[in-house]
Amino acid sequence: MSAPAATAAWSAIRAIALNTFREAIRDRILYLLLVFALLLIGASRLLSMLTVGSEDKIIKDLGLSAISVFGVLTAVFVGVSIVFKEIEKRTVFTLLSCPVRRWHFIAGKYAGLLSVLGLIVVVMSGALCALLALRGEAFLPLLPAILLIFFELAMVTAFAILFSTLTNPMLAALWTFVAYVVGHLTWSLELLQARMPEGPGRVLCDVLYTVLPNLEWLNVRGEAVRGALPATEHLIGASAYGVCYALAVLVVACMVFERKEFI
Amino acid sequence: MSVMSPRPESSGSRAADPGSAAIRIRGLAKAFPGHLGIGRKVALPGLDLDVPSGEIFGLLGPNGAGKTTTLKLLLGLLRPDAGEIEVFGLPHTAAEARARLGFLPENPYFYDYLTAEEFLDFYGRLHGLDASERGDRVQRALRRVGMEGRGKTPLRQCSKGMVQRVGLAQAIQHDPQLVILDEPMSGLDPIGRRQVRDLIQELKAEGKTVFFSSHILQDAELLCDRIAILEKGSLRFSGALRELLPSQIRGFEVTLRGANLENLPAEHLWAGEEETTLLVADAVELERLLAECRSRELLVVSIWQRRESLEDLFLRELGQEPGGES
Repeated sequence: MSAPAATAAWSAIRAIALNTFREAIRDRILYLLLVFALLLIGASRLLSMLTVGSEDKIIKDLGLSAISVFGVLTAVFVGVSIVFKEIEKRTVFTLLSCPVRRWHFIAGKYAGLLSVLGLIVVVMSGALCALLALRGEAFLPLLPAILLIFFELAMVTAFAILFSTLTNPMLAALWTFVAYVVGHLTWSLELLQARMPEGPGRVLCDVLYTVLPNLEWLNVRGEAVRGALPATEHLIGASAYGVCYALAVLVVACMVFERKEFI
Repeated sequence: MSVMSPRPESSGSRAADPGSAAIRIRGLAKAFPGHLGIGRKVALPGLDLDVPSGEIFGLLGPNGAGKTTTLKLLLGLLRPDAGEIEVFGLPHTAAEARARLGFLPENPYFYDYLTAEEFLDFYGRLHGLDASERGDRVQRALRRVGMEGRGKTPLRQCSKGMVQRVGLAQAIQHDPQLVILDEPMSGLDPIGRRQVRDLIQELKAEGKTVFFSSHILQDAELLCDRIAILEKGSLRFSGALRELLPSQIRGFEVTLRGANLENLPAEHLWAGEEETTLLVADAVELERLLAECRSRELLVVSIWQRRESLEDLFLRELGQEPGGES
């Protein structure tokens, strides 16, 4: 790509990302989800009182789960309609009549939504860390887990955008949830593969294990709650896996959108 | 029905020079899957069209004629099955070609969570305008569409007419050489329509090419240098409007008032309680009728020249004229 083309691409992607960010942060649903998440983090203090001796673990566990679950809900509910709405309301007609390539549009939408998710993760993590700091607890061991939650959200968002280019929001949400659930069960394929005899079944397990998302690899919440830090190699490997997998899904989304006809 | 010009511009006085064509379409074909994916429904069998630079060009036709399909193909929203489209000599999908055009869709809906200024700023960014010039351009574009001082209005609070104007501002703010408008008068009140007409003529005066689709024939007749009429995807008619609509008078409608209106030398058109309107074919017959009126002491209320309108031409070409060949 030539320098002027790269500048134009960057300018278009940034403009679309900013517009997507504006759209999301001016949407009341986002605030509703955020308030629920913050309430849950706050309530974890109350729930921890019901147990003996492990209050901080419960606060950390519930807090990290709230960040993950509400992040995923935002990624799914905002992500699945993000492309569909532009097509349905025909705003994409004027947008694509500008010197904007179709992949700029997908990349811009993705970057905008990821910025919103980044902001949400920062706000929720800030609330959780503040709660722990008030109790005199260390919150630094939580940061790697939070980083990997963000990369998990990046993968889920890429799936949401891909399905948004293919179908209506309802089906796109369903398929994104399926991808999320499958992503957390992929580890079982590895177990199954180890127990299977040599043959096509084992090859199939191997292929599925390689191709399907492995979101459990990005889950280090257990260690974080115990106050342990994940190995640096794991942190780097899992982060790189999240980024590469999200990019691969996004490339497929761009290819689907490139072939789309706006009848 | 006769096809006056099976190929573009053959009836026009100015043959389009490919070097000066803002839009050049050759053999453009598009078909869509039929019901339940069975068969193919041909929308455009093979369209040839030239839109010369610096003119106002109207793409006309009844619903389902292929106007919107042509515009979508031109904008790259649909992929042609065959044929080619050039914008200022460039492939229509090239970024350089897109940078030189502005587009307003029919019945536009825009991001209602933005204000008019934010919306125009967004499109300015997409056209690669610098931050330093975007502010000025936004205000200038708003002024041109009669929205001065309303830039902070959220689009969700704008009427349909205001949204249409903001859409027009979006289409012209980056100073494009080609402005493509899909039904630009749709949803506008008479004042808004007049403003849009004036704006289109201003754009032409600035040397821009305006290519618009419309089914409001009066607007097309007032504005267009050149028109094309599509029917079922085929070009029925194309050429310069001033040649397609001859300026010679096709008759006179004379409205009279008086008692003795029997057996006047004219065709009877309409009769009211007090007034009667008659039609004569030419100036000689008019003079004869007026002489008769004077002799019978009839009052001549009005005399109107009758010329062929674009609507007459349109209906005749589509075989819709009462008694017309179909």
